Amino acid sequence: MMTLDGIRKAYGARTVLAGVSLSLAPGRIVALVGPNGSGKTTLIKLLLGLARPDAGRLVLDGVPCDADGAYRARIGYAPQAPRYPEHLAVGEVFAMLRALRPGAPVDEALVDDFGLRGEWATPVGTLSGGWRQKVAIACAFLFAPDLLILDEPTAGLDPIASGLLKSHLRAARAAGRTILISSHILVELEELADDVAFLCDGQLRFAGPVDTLLRETGTRRLEPAVAALLRGLRIA
Amino acid sequence: MSTVTLVLRAGVRDLARSRWLLAYAAGFWVVTEALFLFGGTGPQVVLSLLNAMLLVVPLVALVFGTAHVHASREFTELLLAQPLSRRAVFLGLYLGLALPMTGAFLGGIGLPLLLHGAASDAPRLALLLLATAGALLTLAFAAVAMLIAHGVDDRLRAMARAIGVWFALTIAYDGAIIAAVSAFGDWPLERPMLLAMLGNPVDLARVLVLTALDATALLGYTGAVFRRLLGTPLGPAVALLALSAWAVVPVLFARRRFLRRDF
Repeated sequence: MMTLDGIRKAYGARTVLAGVSLSLAPGRIVALVGPNGSGKTTLIKLLLGLARPDAGRLVLDGVPCDADGAYRARIGYAPQAPRYPEHLAVGEVFAMLRALRPGAPVDEALVDDFGLRGEWATPVGTLSGGWRQKVAIACAFLFAPDLLILDEPTAGLDPIASGLLKSHLRAARAAGRTILISSHILVELEELADDVAFLCDGQLRFAGPVDTLLRETGTRRLEPAVAALLRGLRIA
Repeated sequence: MSTVTLVLRAGVRDLARSRWLLAYAAGFWVVTEALFLFGGTGPQVVLSLLNAMLLVVPLVALVFGTAHVHASREFTELLLAQPLSRRAVFLGLYLGLALPMTGAFLGGIGLPLLLHGAASDAPRLALLLLATAGALLTLAFAAVAMLIAHGVDDRLRAMARAIGVWFALTIAYDGAIIAAVSAFGDWPLERPMLLAMLGNPVDLARVLVLTALDATALLGYTGAVFRRLLGTPLGPAVALLALSAWAVVPVLFARRRFLRRDF
């Protein structure tokens, strides 16, 4: 569905992504994992056009993504540490987003399930980190996007919200949508992820189904598998 | 509604509820009110208000603007992750910052002016020019704040740069003019002085308001040169035009940086 083709990105002298090619297939949940500073967030920002690659290109369903950003109509994004204008009410944030995209299909199931209607008049600045995360995730799902990108989505969520998110992610997968989740919490991803993309030092060290990764590393779970990948890199 | 209007509206709604901006408006209100009550004759009121405005407006626009851009970083990214053009998002964000600040300034001085202005003997034209100059300075320095904040991601360093710009244009500038005049007093300084003034919106605003007052003694060196070179009717027009350019050009530079930068 979305393809990254030889993406390179450097900030000054520091190379963050050194030629990353990755294909995201519809109906699959991809776990983007890697140590701190491995380039996960940069990769997501490039997908969204927030930053521009030095080389390489993004292709969405065979069409190269252009600079005007119209392709972003098909992407929903929840950042890691969301913040909104602090004096805006929760309801005003959603109303503004809907007004910015008139005519787009709207899916407010998560708004209801997360109980955000109960906070509709609350200024966003007074919400806790977990509640802001709920707002961000509900915003990402709001336009029923073909590609969902969630950066550390479960870090601030309570178990109930986390469970709700997972069931919505499964439903989205069943509907044939593409999901990219970046996270450190591998246990969370384990039960959801179909594929793993392992990023280290700006290079994609592994990309493929979870089963293949477990088989290749001789482990049964994601966490030791990723650790084995990391160790392999250290020794090599 | 267009992207610009919607982003602008979100900014206005946010800042209209900001305590800092309300305090800013209230501060100008109290100062203006006090000047009308205790400030002496009309021209003196305008002069005192002018001095306060020239120091406070650029400082608040730079410091508040820089802090606001950094605080809005994630919101900016949320907007840019939507299928919206960067140009429209920039314009909405800029106006959503600059217009509430301009409104706070105009509201703060405007209310007491409406209440006392008619009764007092303060020169109307000078008051009108003062309000205009303050609004234009706000627009200019809000853009400079955006230019700084989008160039320097570190909050502290951006803030230091913003305060540095303020210091250079208000305090260091006056010192440099005095030093230049005393050191090179024997040479013809008209042109360099005029250029220095055109390059400093704060000085332009000062001279613009003073030309409408009969206070030549307070014009300072650049103002005196300005009046001598251009004559009275043309002078304010040129100053107003130059100050308007200052309200537009930094916006273009800030926009260029916003369009090109990585988030």
